[in-house]
Amino acid sequence: MIREGAGFRELPPAAIVPEPGTSLKNKTGSWRIFRPVVDREKCSKCRICWLLCPEGCKIELEDCFETDLDYCKGCGICAQECPYKAIEMVLEEGSSIA
Amino acid sequence: MSIKLSELPAEDYFLPGHRACAGCGAAIAIRLILKVAGPNTIVASATGCIEVISSLYPENAWGVPWIHTAFENAAATASGVEAAYKVLRRKGKISHDKVNFLAIAGDGGTADIGIQALSGMAERGHNVKYICYDNEAYMNTGIQRSSSTPYGAWTTTSPPGKAIPIGKREVKKDVARIMVAHGIPYVATASIGYPLDLMRKVKTALEIEGPAYIHVHTPCPTGWRFESNKTIEVARLAVQTGMWVLYEVKQGRLRITYKLSKLKPVEEYLRTQGRFSHLTDDDIAKIQEDVRKRFEEFVEGYRQLGVSVEA
Ligand SMILES: Cc1ncc(C[n+]2csc(CCOP(=O)(O)OP(=O)(O)O)c2C)c(N)n1
Ligand code: SF4
Ligand code: SF4
Ligand code: SF4
Ligand SMILES: [Mg+2]
Repeated sequence: MIREGAGFRELPPAAIVPEPGTSLKNKTGSWRIFRPVVDREKCSKCRICWLLCPEGCKIELEDCFETDLDYCKGCGICAQECPYKAIEMVLEEGSSIA
Repeated sequence: MSIKLSELPAEDYFLPGHRACAGCGAAIAIRLILKVAGPNTIVASATGCIEVISSLYPENAWGVPWIHTAFENAAATASGVEAAYKVLRRKGKISHDKVNFLAIAGDGGTADIGIQALSGMAERGHNVKYICYDNEAYMNTGIQRSSSTPYGAWTTTSPPGKAIPIGKREVKKDVARIMVAHGIPYVATASIGYPLDLMRKVKTALEIEGPAYIHVHTPCPTGWRFESNKTIEVARLAVQTGMWVLYEVKQGRLRITYKLSKLKPVEEYLRTQGRFSHLTDDDIAKIQEDVRKRFEEFVEGYRQLGVSVEA
């Protein structure tokens, strides 16, 4: 693990990052203006939203696919592509689109 | 061979926390490609959006070993990795079997500055699968035109104005065709609008020994000027209007993988994007005519390259 604030002498050579997936600490959910809201009744678990999400942040639950809001940027692709119209994009609290 | 949505693994090797714009088509492509390639994969990425958004030091969005390489040499770096692997295997220093070697670059890193490294990789016959994600400009540096930008598109370096009302005057370079002319075992075009077809092509490429080239059309909401939820729709329209043709050339045989009996009008594609908003009806008629002609002559053009055609 590369220590926050590490000096260059401590760092691995050649800008190597020794662990995979360290981007996971970057919670891109804070970018979101619209939030996908899934209607669990309508979701048929077809996996389309899961397939197409650019963030890979759809999570399979027992009865539907939900969104990992830590990473969802609110692009709206899942809502647009859902064949069952099970996802609605709603404005996040505190956001405006003036 | 086919890919079934219901059978795809949950695991990803291109991970969240990357900083691509919301709705990024290239991010969708790379995630799906890595899902097919799986954990036994080494990637070399040229500078460009995918590299920049996935590797803000000390963060990285990769679940497999990944090397950032310069703008021009993804193919050279991947060639070197593959050659080193072979030597280490021969000397018995590593035991890993069936490692996938991927080179990933944008259209600028492929069609422009990286083409000689790519050509060399193909000619030397490295077992590298080269992926070009085509967002049709230099997006990471601020939407400058590339040789893969289509005719008539606005970019910051092909702005429509009084002197040049059309925007980009030159037509899109056909890199897939150039790669077919290299005679390598597998070349394909793909689109994120047809994700299972894209994934099947990646799987096919990985199963064939030797170099492969896959050119993936990846719409970019930021650079093409459309809403972030329309990425897949724009990708599909490119295919359905004939602006982007899906095919593969496997061991010298051409197969159109998405057959169209009738093309949708190109206007339906062009009007989805702000980068084409300056085009007049006459401009669109010219693009329509070019697409129709290219479509009609497509198969014959490949025959002339010595490729046989599957029905
Ligand atoms: C030799 C060199 N020239 C210029 C640059 C600056 N540069 C970095 S990425 C890039 C454009 C990348 O375009 P593309 O390959 O299409 O990828 P995209 O950003 O569109 O994903 C440029 C010009 C560079 N890194 N190296
Ligand atoms: S696309 Fe719609 S129906 Fe399919 S899994 Fe997602 S939310 Fe459910
Ligand atoms: S809005 Fe976009 S980022 Fe969020 S879950 Fe849907 S597809 Fe993924
Ligand atoms: S500029 Fe385009 S290609 Fe680059 S990260 Fe943003 S949406 Fe993706
Ligand atoms: Mg590009």
